[in-house]
Amino acid sequence: MRILVCVKRVPAPGAKINITADGQDVDTAHLGFAMSPHEECAVEEAVQLVERFDGEATVLTLGPPEAEEQLRYASSLGVQNAVLLSTDGSAWDPQGTARAIVSAVQSLEAEDGPFDLILFGNESADSGGYQVGVRVAHALGRPIVNAIKGIEPDFDAGTTRVKREIDGGFEIYDLPLPAVLGVKEGLNLPRYPTMKGRLASKKVGVKVIEAAADAGGQGRVRLRQPPAQASTMVKLGDGPEAAPAIVDLFEELGLLK
Amino acid sequence: MTDILVVAESDADVLSSATLEAITAARSLEGTIHVLLFGSSVDADEAAARVGAFGAEELHVAEHELLGDYGPEAWGQALALAIDDMEPDVVVACGTSKGNEVLAQAAARLDLPFVANCIDLPGELADSDDVVLTRVQWGGSLLEEASLSAETRIVSISHHAVEAESIDGPAATTDTFVPELHDTVARSLCVGREMAEAGVTLSTAPIVFGGGRGVGSADAFAPLEELASLMGGRVGCSRAVTNNGWRPHRDQVGQTGTRIAPELYVASGISGAIQHWVGAMASKKILAINTDPEANMVVKSDYFVQGDLHKVLPAVIDEIKSRRG
Ligand SMILES: Cc1cc2nc3c(=O)[nH]c(=O)nc-3n(C[C@H](O)[C@H](O)[C@H](O)COP(=O)(O)OP(=O)(O)OC[C@H]3O[C@@H](n4cnc5c(N)ncnc54)[C@H](O)[C@@H]3O)c2cc1C
Repeated sequence: MRILVCVKRVPAPGAKINITADGQDVDTAHLGFAMSPHEECAVEEAVQLVERFDGEATVLTLGPPEAEEQLRYASSLGVQNAVLLSTDGSAWDPQGTARAIVSAVQSLEAEDGPFDLILFGNESADSGGYQVGVRVAHALGRPIVNAIKGIEPDFDAGTTRVKREIDGGFEIYDLPLPAVLGVKEGLNLPRYPTMKGRLASKKVGVKVIEAAADAGGQGRVRLRQPPAQASTMVKLGDGPEAAPAIVDLFEELGLLK
Repeated sequence: MTDILVVAESDADVLSSATLEAITAARSLEGTIHVLLFGSSVDADEAAARVGAFGAEELHVAEHELLGDYGPEAWGQALALAIDDMEPDVVVACGTSKGNEVLAQAAARLDLPFVANCIDLPGELADSDDVVLTRVQWGGSLLEEASLSAETRIVSISHHAVEAESIDGPAATTDTFVPELHDTVARSLCVGREMAEAGVTLSTAPIVFGGGRGVGSADAFAPLEELASLMGGRVGCSRAVTNNGWRPHRDQVGQTGTRIAPELYVASGISGAIQHWVGAMASKKILAINTDPEANMVVKSDYFVQGDLHKVLPAVIDEIKSRRG
């Protein structure tokens, strides 16, 4: 049983996102980097499935050489193999990204056999294009369902039952394997790396493939801040003495019947 | 003449309000608005009247035995075939989970670009195959101006970016479209549903009591629970809370959680990181309870109480009980 997880290195901003002077990128001078929470859950799911069913997991990212940090993070959690589709770090459009991933998957599968499952985050945390996983699945001729919050595979039968989040509940799908899924945070509670895992991940060999650029029809002109909302904050008081003012507010808004 | 094809979404056999947002947005383009509806579970006459009221002129009902329940590949292939058949200039859906999924499926099949979650549709989109669109990034914390070059422009309009507005138009004319779907699309059809018990949810509650890392433990959420039950609201939380395992992920507000829009959001012990803020910013009013007057949540709030939430919230419970007698 083989699982591939595709992740993206993104900055981890706090109270505000700053933009570089040329408007082309997020200013990351003072920021750390992470993968999206959706993808952290995809990595955790792959590790859990390997623990339950045996087999191996591979993590893949398309990004600059620094994205090795996210690959090693996944390794520290128990993912066996790591693949870097190396770029110069500029923003790639969704079609170009998908084409590069498809060709990498094809060459990885030609070497070591097919992946039973390929997991993507439902959307990337930064650009949020909602399509790379779908394009990859289509090019590989495999089914894909997005917004997945539950995966119950039966590798012997060659199928998997998955749950898609909808308002107020879930939809159920029974997919044949191999399949592709776009998963969301909440699928599981990701573990933290252990010291032993961290040390071991330093020794994992990262397979580097030069990603061939083949851009599609969407490009970045520039980034900009959304219009600022005027602040109208009113301080109601300090500490427990403010309780009557809070309950007055509830009454004013018609929330206390 | 420009043709704009709006992809309809239905929810429990009713045309969804998200579809009406997409039609409203499409009205900013000069051209004929067509609507594509999948399957026949929605009453076609009712749908024709409804989409007509919002400005659509033609309703095309795609009929096929594989278009009964939702299936991303079935709907995506049907849309790709409709685009081949009708040759619209612009294809629009609302950027819901399924709206974006169906557009991505169709775009993949046609090898066309797809620009997700635009905040509006500029007039040039109707007649130029080289346009610049403004779309959301980071779940709404940042905007991107993106170029789109394609003969058929496939775009989604960010959910809630446009308010659905009727123009009391006449019912749309209706016809059926029978796509030749491949049998393989049957593999990804929805086969059932598991619904939670009815009642207010995080996204429909009139008041949400949100707690962050400042709450400190799972047990310390008891006053928030009590307030929610006293006032018919729900408890929400930040990612720091779900990561610590204090609350289930379904309570998480934010970019990778739920987007809420209550009358009042009471955010206690939450710093207001952008990824939390984008999930909370549609709240009508926000009350922040925090020890730190500089916290982003406080600065952006409508009302603020400075202090320890562990003292403030119990005092609020007492005050409500004493007023109720
Ligand atoms: C891609 C991405 C997606 C993310 N998605 C989400 C998301 O969907 N939702 C989300 O919430 N986060 C999300 N995050 C995480 C986010 O960046 C923050 O880390 C998180 O929101 C912080 O949670 P917090 O405000 O509870 O904790 P902190 O930032 O630690 O803030 C705690 C606050 O509590 C106050 N406080 C402490 N003690 C008390 C007390 N006794 N009384 C009153 N106030 C007190 C402090 O002053 C502080 O303001 C995401 C991050 C990334 C990178």
